[in-house]
Amino acid sequence: MVTNTISVSETPQVLYALRRADDALILGHRLSECCGHAPTLEEDMALANIGLDLIGQARALYTLAALREPSLEDGRANTEDTYAYLRDVGQYRNLLLCELPNGDFGRIIMRQFLYSAFIDPYWRAMMKSSDAQLAAIAEKAEKETAYHLRYTSEWVIRLGDGTPESHARMQAALDFLWSYTGEMFDTDEAEAMLQAEGVIIDASVIHDDWRATVQTILDRATLTLPQSAWMQKGGRSGRHSEHLGFLLAEMQQLPRSEPGAVW
Amino acid sequence: MNKTLKATPPVQLWEVFIRSRSGLAHKHVGSLHAEDAELALQAARNLFTRRGEGLSIWVVPSHLIIASDPSEKGMLFEPALSKAYRHPTFYNVPEEVGHM
Repeated sequence: MVTNTISVSETPQVLYALRRADDALILGHRLSECCGHAPTLEEDMALANIGLDLIGQARALYTLAALREPSLEDGRANTEDTYAYLRDVGQYRNLLLCELPNGDFGRIIMRQFLYSAFIDPYWRAMMKSSDAQLAAIAEKAEKETAYHLRYTSEWVIRLGDGTPESHARMQAALDFLWSYTGEMFDTDEAEAMLQAEGVIIDASVIHDDWRATVQTILDRATLTLPQSAWMQKGGRSGRHSEHLGFLLAEMQQLPRSEPGAVW
Repeated sequence: MNKTLKATPPVQLWEVFIRSRSGLAHKHVGSLHAEDAELALQAARNLFTRRGEGLSIWVVPSHLIIASDPSEKGMLFEPALSKAYRHPTFYNVPEEVGHM
């Protein structure tokens, strides 16, 4: 069996599913890197659980994409695994926010908070999708992301309104991550058709809700919202930071070198 | 912005009780460390309900649980074993009363 990079035919439905699945898989992978390294046993479990939730969402979305694109060019079946393990950096469609290296516990928590504050209302809105399968995925995912938002909010508050050191680290994390948050709300022509059909929502409608949640929690955390409006972009079209290549090399090394390996 | 110096709150040990889907009573399932009640609840959810064990969580700071001394087991509990008259088995419940 060949382990070369596959090519994907990105119809609007497939592209949409891959974008959301890649967000979940890459962020889930970053969280898996915390396993065994968190500050306490309880947080080790918590972060690993969040990672598992996200990888579960990724699996559901990749499976959905594979239903829309059942075969590869050489006739092999397309599966969640081919999408995850046999696409290269330029084919990944995740947000840049998701692929950033972990940093300290504060940055891990802040990143997860900023993402969860978006993805929870997003999935809640997607529960009304005209596509029954997407609506079902959204309903299940929303319960998970609601908890992620609650968990990370509590930690943002405690670390922000904490010791001078924890406060400084949280502010530094927020300042670093801020320019990566705008990409969450971007939309493009590829999604316009699906929006018109009610299959997906326009992510930009989530922005006010997100901003209100973030402001409320940051106020309680005594943290200052950055003022800059300039935002990083590129992930949605496969233009990634230097970090994704290393991440994929680690994640894909085994399936690519041992094709057909099973547990 | 004024930032008064705060110490990290002390970590406490908490006992965790879970009521399962088919149960009526919360059962003790273990313990965890957390700085406050909300974190303790979240940690209990993360650690002790991963496999669908329960529907309800109680967390109690361990120092608030007052327990009987195991070495006093004999004095406290053995006298009750030989007192059959304490059991509700010596009268007939009329049918009209129903299941008690």
